[in-house]
Amino acid sequence: MSKTPETWDVAVIGGGNAALCAAMTAAEAGARVIILETAPKPYRGGNSRHTRNFRCMHHGPLGPLVDSYTEEEYLADLMKVTDGKTDVALARLAIRSSEECLPWMQDHGVRFQPSLSGTLSLARTNAFFLGGGKGLVNAYYRTADRLGVHVEYEAAVTHLEMDGDRIGHIDYTQDGQTRRIIPKSVVVASGGFQADTDWLARAWGPAAKNFLIRGTPYNRGIVLADLLDQGVEQVGDPKQCHAVAIDGRAPKYDGGIVTRLDCVPFSIVVNKNAERFYDEGEDVWPKRYAIWGRLVAAQPDQVGYVIIDAKSLELFMPSVFLPIKADTLEGLAGQMGLPPDRLRATVDDFNAACGDTSGFHPTELDGVSTTGITPPKTNWARPITEPPFYGYSLRTGVTFTYLGLKVDENAQCSVGNQPITNLWAAGETMAGSILGQGYLAGFGMTIGTVFGRIAGKEAAAHAN
Amino acid sequence: MQTDFLNEARRQAEICNACRYCEGYCSVFPALHAERAFSDGDLTQLANLCHNCRGCYYACQYTAPHEFDLNLPQALANVRQDSWEEFAFPQSAARAFQKNGVMIALATVVGFALLFWAARALASAGGEGFYAVLSHNAMVAIFLPAFLFPLASIAVSLRRYWRAIDAGRPTLADVVAGFRAAATMRNLDGGHGDGCNFEDEDRFSNARRMVHQAVMYGFLLCFASTSVATLMHYFFAMPAPYSLFSLPKILGISGGLLLVIGCVEMIRLKLRSDPALGAVHAWGGEVGSIGLLGFVGLSGLLLYALGQTAMMPAILVLHLGAVLAFFLLTPFTKMAHGFYRLTALVADATRKRGDAA
Repeated sequence: MSKTPETWDVAVIGGGNAALCAAMTAAEAGARVIILETAPKPYRGGNSRHTRNFRCMHHGPLGPLVDSYTEEEYLADLMKVTDGKTDVALARLAIRSSEECLPWMQDHGVRFQPSLSGTLSLARTNAFFLGGGKGLVNAYYRTADRLGVHVEYEAAVTHLEMDGDRIGHIDYTQDGQTRRIIPKSVVVASGGFQADTDWLARAWGPAAKNFLIRGTPYNRGIVLADLLDQGVEQVGDPKQCHAVAIDGRAPKYDGGIVTRLDCVPFSIVVNKNAERFYDEGEDVWPKRYAIWGRLVAAQPDQVGYVIIDAKSLELFMPSVFLPIKADTLEGLAGQMGLPPDRLRATVDDFNAACGDTSGFHPTELDGVSTTGITPPKTNWARPITEPPFYGYSLRTGVTFTYLGLKVDENAQCSVGNQPITNLWAAGETMAGSILGQGYLAGFGMTIGTVFGRIAGKEAAAHAN
Repeated sequence: MQTDFLNEARRQAEICNACRYCEGYCSVFPALHAERAFSDGDLTQLANLCHNCRGCYYACQYTAPHEFDLNLPQALANVRQDSWEEFAFPQSAARAFQKNGVMIALATVVGFALLFWAARALASAGGEGFYAVLSHNAMVAIFLPAFLFPLASIAVSLRRYWRAIDAGRPTLADVVAGFRAAATMRNLDGGHGDGCNFEDEDRFSNARRMVHQAVMYGFLLCFASTSVATLMHYFFAMPAPYSLFSLPKILGISGGLLLVIGCVEMIRLKLRSDPALGAVHAWGGEVGSIGLLGFVGLSGLLLYALGQTAMMPAILVLHLGAVLAFFLLTPFTKMAHGFYRLTALVADATRKRGDAA
């Protein structure tokens, strides 16, 4: 500890969307704000760097959004994906506030664009950031700078000292030095713990070592663990997370959007024993991508293999890695490390179960299904016959974990039933307060923006 | 063309095609997303469609230190630069000048020397004003071929380009669309109208767009001035010098001012921008050609300001020398980009119409 600790009105821990929304809101309320971002500048922004849209309620056209999207419809969409495991009061708060967020985002530098090619199904519900999440993050850092927010990069917070019913000080390391600041208010917006695979393994067992982390390697849950150890109220199941099935060749961390595979509905998916394990055609992909992470996680070695044939190759968005290609199924099996005779048998069984495919329609539920096999394929079931054959490996890609800090409608944290008078949380670190399981595209940014703004407002009011 | 540049652009384009976050910035991404695989011709067209606004770089989640190491503005700039050398006629001239500011400066000095020699050797007897330094006929004898040769050379290049990118047959509407995109520099508005990223990392501003248009319209005004004067000379028997309120002077002075301000500001912006987001090895050649164009404008203005003084003959020779170098170098320097860009914009309009049909 080299010098007297600096004092700040508001310290924001984290440097992504929720943190920036909190920091800007607090600064606009007159507070002196510091952001402690653990990543170096090129990697600032946490998972927000990889996001692309914001799910937004609206009555009538709003910004890039067409038609309308009511609170009830939004909530119904959420309840469907979470299977009812949702805190309805907080969810309604997030949904209702989302409408006023969109113009606020524009005022703070975010620019939107029409729904991207390949995502037309989201044109009504999700507002896409021009340039994606890093564009949003850059714009917010510019605005925060203009508002006088001070940013420290590579500032890794190690400890928040609880002092009765409040946080007394914050310790962080930077340039190999330990530093301390004394804030009047603290906003924690430092994400989940998914980049700490040991923690994931404690929840999932050794299987977690085979998971890929889609986003930032900096969300290691250090602040989260520090607060939970001190008795701060937690929420969420440690096994629950937003996880999707991604290309098995993706990097361990930070692969982001380009590693996604949209071909599952036109394929059969087998495990390492060349056995099918789930209905690949259950629903359109945007409504199913979020369950496949868990499906693959439940298979031996946490790996799946997508098999398609030539006629399906151009029906889905290209992904960053070229598919494995072979003229025969046996050849493909050989290249992918699958037992060739078993794969042949599985495909033959599947092909025999396919019926009339004349009604095949790639972009809607076409009812072209199998009969007499388990699991069935209930849509887009066409025999895999036309060489060359193509394959992709699938692994579980974790976006963010749901175990987090429990907050109330003011984004405030608590110990037992007692609020911590100067601690608020926003973004993925408290998303488990709303999401019990499952995920709805674009809702993470809604939670971050809504609760970031609430936390910033409350934190500034407390500091004043 | 250099396969390493093409392969690197292909690698990056395939990553971009799986992401698509930048779709709204400019014309490059919708064109890129229309393909699943990228031929050399596709990449050449994308490269020439790219205005180097850099929005995609600063918004990219995969730039270094990420292992994907994307720098699409640089990858496309390298292909673009290489394509201008590949398609040039003659190629050797482009290889000499495209990347080399010193060679451009040398050529300009040679231009000065030629004009000095011409002024001495072909000194006119009895001409007035500028024509006392160099007769009108001598000027025409020098500048007519110096004007026609670059046009012919560029025509050959554009034909090679159009074949390489395998674009279809453009309609008049496609051509109009291309000209409109160039006239408004729509591709430098960032898709949101806030402009591009250039002189201050990820900050959007319209500075470069405005400066570019100052250069472009300044040049066009100067060119119009010369054209009008030529018409007046030949068809209306109204030889130079012209008064301040004559059409050639109004066009020339306003154009010259725009040109000089534009070139100075363009170089200032360029000095503040990150060279690693362009064709790094061509930086000198780019600045050299902007400098030459700026000098053409500046010497033209000086000629107007000091035309009645004893310095006139020297300035006239410098001006004409610079104009000569500029014309002759146009197909082989950065100045060629305007022709390729316009062609790429027309080709893009052609593609869009074809895809929609």
